[in-house]
Amino acid sequence: MNVPLPPANGGCRTTPVLKERGQREVFCGLTGIIWLHRKMQDAFFLVVGSRTCAHLLQSAAGVMIFAEPRFGTAILEEQDLAGMADAHVELDREVEKLLSRRPDIRQLFLVGSCPSEVIKIDLARAAERLSQVHAPHVRVLNYSGSGIETTFTEGEDACLASMVPVLKDTQERELLVVGALPDVVEDQMVSLLTDMGVGPIRLLPARRIDDTTAVGQNTVFALTQPFLGDTHAELERRGARHLAAPFPFGDEGTTAWLRAIAVEFGVSEETFEAVTAAPRARARKAIAQAAEALRGKSVFFFPDSQLEIPLARFLTRECGMTAVEVGSPYIHDALHGPDLDLLPAGPQISEGQDVDKQLERARAARPDLTVCGLGLANPLEAEGLSTKWAIELVFTPVHFYEQAGDLAGLFSRPLRRKSVLQMEAVE
Amino acid sequence: MKLTVWTYEGPPHVGAMRVATAMKGLHYVLHAPQGDTYADLLFTMIERRNHRPPVSYTTFQARDLGADTATLFKTSCQDAVDRFDPEAIIVGASCTAELIQDDPAGLAETMGLSIPVIPLELPSYSRKENFGADEAFYQIVKSLSKPQERTKRVTCNILGPTALGFRARDDVEELTGLLSDMGIDVNVVAPLNATPSDIARLPAAHFNVLLSPETGEAAARFLEKNHNQPFTKVVPIGVGATRDFIDEVAVITGVTGRPDETRLRMPWWSRSVDSTYLTGKRVFIFGDGTHVAAHARIARDEMGFEVVGIGCYNREMARPIRALAKEYGVDALITDDYLEVEAAIERLSPEMILGTQMERHIGKRLGIPCAVISAPVHVQDFPARYSPQVGFEGANVIFDTLIHPLVMGLEEHLLTMFRDDFEFHDDAGPSHHGGKAKAKVDDAPAERVQPQDDNVIWLSDAEKELKKIPFFVRGKARRNTETFAMEKGLHEISLDTLYEAKAHYAR
Repeated sequence: MNVPLPPANGGCRTTPVLKERGQREVFCGLTGIIWLHRKMQDAFFLVVGSRTCAHLLQSAAGVMIFAEPRFGTAILEEQDLAGMADAHVELDREVEKLLSRRPDIRQLFLVGSCPSEVIKIDLARAAERLSQVHAPHVRVLNYSGSGIETTFTEGEDACLASMVPVLKDTQERELLVVGALPDVVEDQMVSLLTDMGVGPIRLLPARRIDDTTAVGQNTVFALTQPFLGDTHAELERRGARHLAAPFPFGDEGTTAWLRAIAVEFGVSEETFEAVTAAPRARARKAIAQAAEALRGKSVFFFPDSQLEIPLARFLTRECGMTAVEVGSPYIHDALHGPDLDLLPAGPQISEGQDVDKQLERARAARPDLTVCGLGLANPLEAEGLSTKWAIELVFTPVHFYEQAGDLAGLFSRPLRRKSVLQMEAVE
Repeated sequence: MKLTVWTYEGPPHVGAMRVATAMKGLHYVLHAPQGDTYADLLFTMIERRNHRPPVSYTTFQARDLGADTATLFKTSCQDAVDRFDPEAIIVGASCTAELIQDDPAGLAETMGLSIPVIPLELPSYSRKENFGADEAFYQIVKSLSKPQERTKRVTCNILGPTALGFRARDDVEELTGLLSDMGIDVNVVAPLNATPSDIARLPAAHFNVLLSPETGEAAARFLEKNHNQPFTKVVPIGVGATRDFIDEVAVITGVTGRPDETRLRMPWWSRSVDSTYLTGKRVFIFGDGTHVAAHARIARDEMGFEVVGIGCYNREMARPIRALAKEYGVDALITDDYLEVEAAIERLSPEMILGTQMERHIGKRLGIPCAVISAPVHVQDFPARYSPQVGFEGANVIFDTLIHPLVMGLEEHLLTMFRDDFEFHDDAGPSHHGGKAKAKVDDAPAERVQPQDDNVIWLSDAEKELKKIPFFVRGKARRNTETFAMEKGLHEISLDTLYEAKAHYAR
């Protein structure tokens, strides 16, 4: 039946969680713009913020990979703060300029930042006003990617949640798959489900504004990313029903995720097997190869993207690793519960961060592999620990069967590298 | 409000971080929201530093705003002092914290800490990164430097090198060697690798070498005024500037020792016949004011290039760069708007750009070679090898840097002679850049030449001939021919027009 069995010693869903607050070594939600603007090809993301916001986007993007990116920052200046200029008038002017230069833009997101939130620029009102001015050609929405409200991947959550109220209504029974995935991975997922006879399948975010994503009482939805808590709530508000499942990482996660949908849509066991058998076998083989370097090794997760719990489940159950600590910026039972059920008891589960205290725990545990942000990776390597930069897990195709081996490979590469480098003198 | 796509400088608190991270025994307590920690990766990833920057962020969130962010600041401050045991701390606010007006300086003062607390006021909504570094370093020097006796031997301080500086690590080493050749010891280098107690010792030196005016000038002026230390005005980048610098130091100190020039190869490399092809290459120079000024002189006087435009992104240097532009007979472009720089380059269509990582991208898009000469920095600007910009070795390094993106001597002629050769075609690019080579596609549809002006059309013979001109001068040939045609009131460009234009512009 291939239903994943909970671990013999129990899972982690009821494990007491260490909740910490203090300095957090994480990005703010603006960072999501880096991948969202590639996903939605007719969208522009206009951050209303400071020079810091612009600098963050540029630094997180690895400095200017895209010629003329579909994002920018309207930088607040002294006169905006002193009330000498009406922020709304200024914003209208900048948007006008932007849209006249880029007629290909069909959706504009006004993205709130820490400074715009603190001085309370009402971007919802601005979006409404600008929508009226630029309709029907351009739809203007707003969300906050500010650090005071969002942690890293929560920016995507806020963006998708802002789109739910304007989705068209439908009474059709449809599957809505939610979460920005690389196109190639999305195509694989759609083809697996289509081969099982599941449909119609709608996507959020759609690649273009004219795509037919709609929602209603008869919609069921599946999340591909574990950080979509607000989007989940917005969709339920529209009457849609969530199909809870482990997230589609690795063979086991992908199978469980697909099965939850298959069961809902009455797919027969034979059909399910027929569609999944070959890619599952490929995934297992690829994981086994990459996991050789991981078996028996320990892993420590610093909180970053909320992918930590599902990934810890994958590494422990499919790659033979032991988790020491699994830190996540936030834990939502409705989303992370199914993965926590499967994660073997043992690791410290932590939520939030006080980075110096957590570093002390990591140093004491000396894990074989530490998954952490870019600010911590080189310093920990210099202390002799092996690290995996967490941001690569968000920027690389890692979902579903065909990427399962690559996912394991992301974790094994730092360990393999350590073992191949020989720089000591030969005796 | 101003729409910005890419920025040359970060906010001023990042400048202060560059000073704090350069130093040892100093800690920066920064009142800042969650997310501002992104700046750590500039140091750990771009510069490959093996320590976290010595910065504690208070990390306030929305729910703290209604409550007590001031207490959060004091707790972070106390924790940082307890945990890291610094000799001194600097305290300040990032852009968001500036808005909530908690007054980190006042708060830290009330805490009765036993170490010096240096408050920073960095206006995030009007100033930028270089200002932040310059101001932070000045405040540190102002608070910590102590009046004292001069050293017995002639010594100097080297002021200005910070973390994330353009080749700061190697420039300090090269400059130290150069001064040592002259018989001058370095008292303190700051901020790079200096401790707060080193800062206290600054006034023991006889004079200051201002290596990076962008980040050290305010401190140098303070030391001149309050401790009677003169500072050098010439930044020794390039052969001529290095020799001027040596003269300037000799005048300040009366020291007569001359540094060893036997390792200086640049002048001969530039005179040797292979370099003939460099003559009159049209270059556009953009970056921070200091590097732009130095490279304008190198380009014209030491490489034999023709400087067609200069500019800088830091407004603090606008005045000297404008004056320099006048001297070179070109317009100065003072802007931090990347799109304006791109437009200027497109308009001038130089044969080469000396710029920053931003201009490297512009060059990539326009098909113009670019050498990087200035911050903002990229991981590539931190080479493992020794690679200074200042002094005689710096001049050697710069010569290599400037010719690397170009097609070399005889190769340029071969490309002209065999321009339709199947291996030697234009798209193959310089032969020492394997990665750029593209296989020639024979039956690719010939792209139409689009004239810049609608009133001029290219006849097919002329268009074919234009395509035979090597790619690295084709843009210029096209532009010159069109300008020539327009000036002559011609609406069609024939083969003859093309060659008449060539003769007209021949130098």
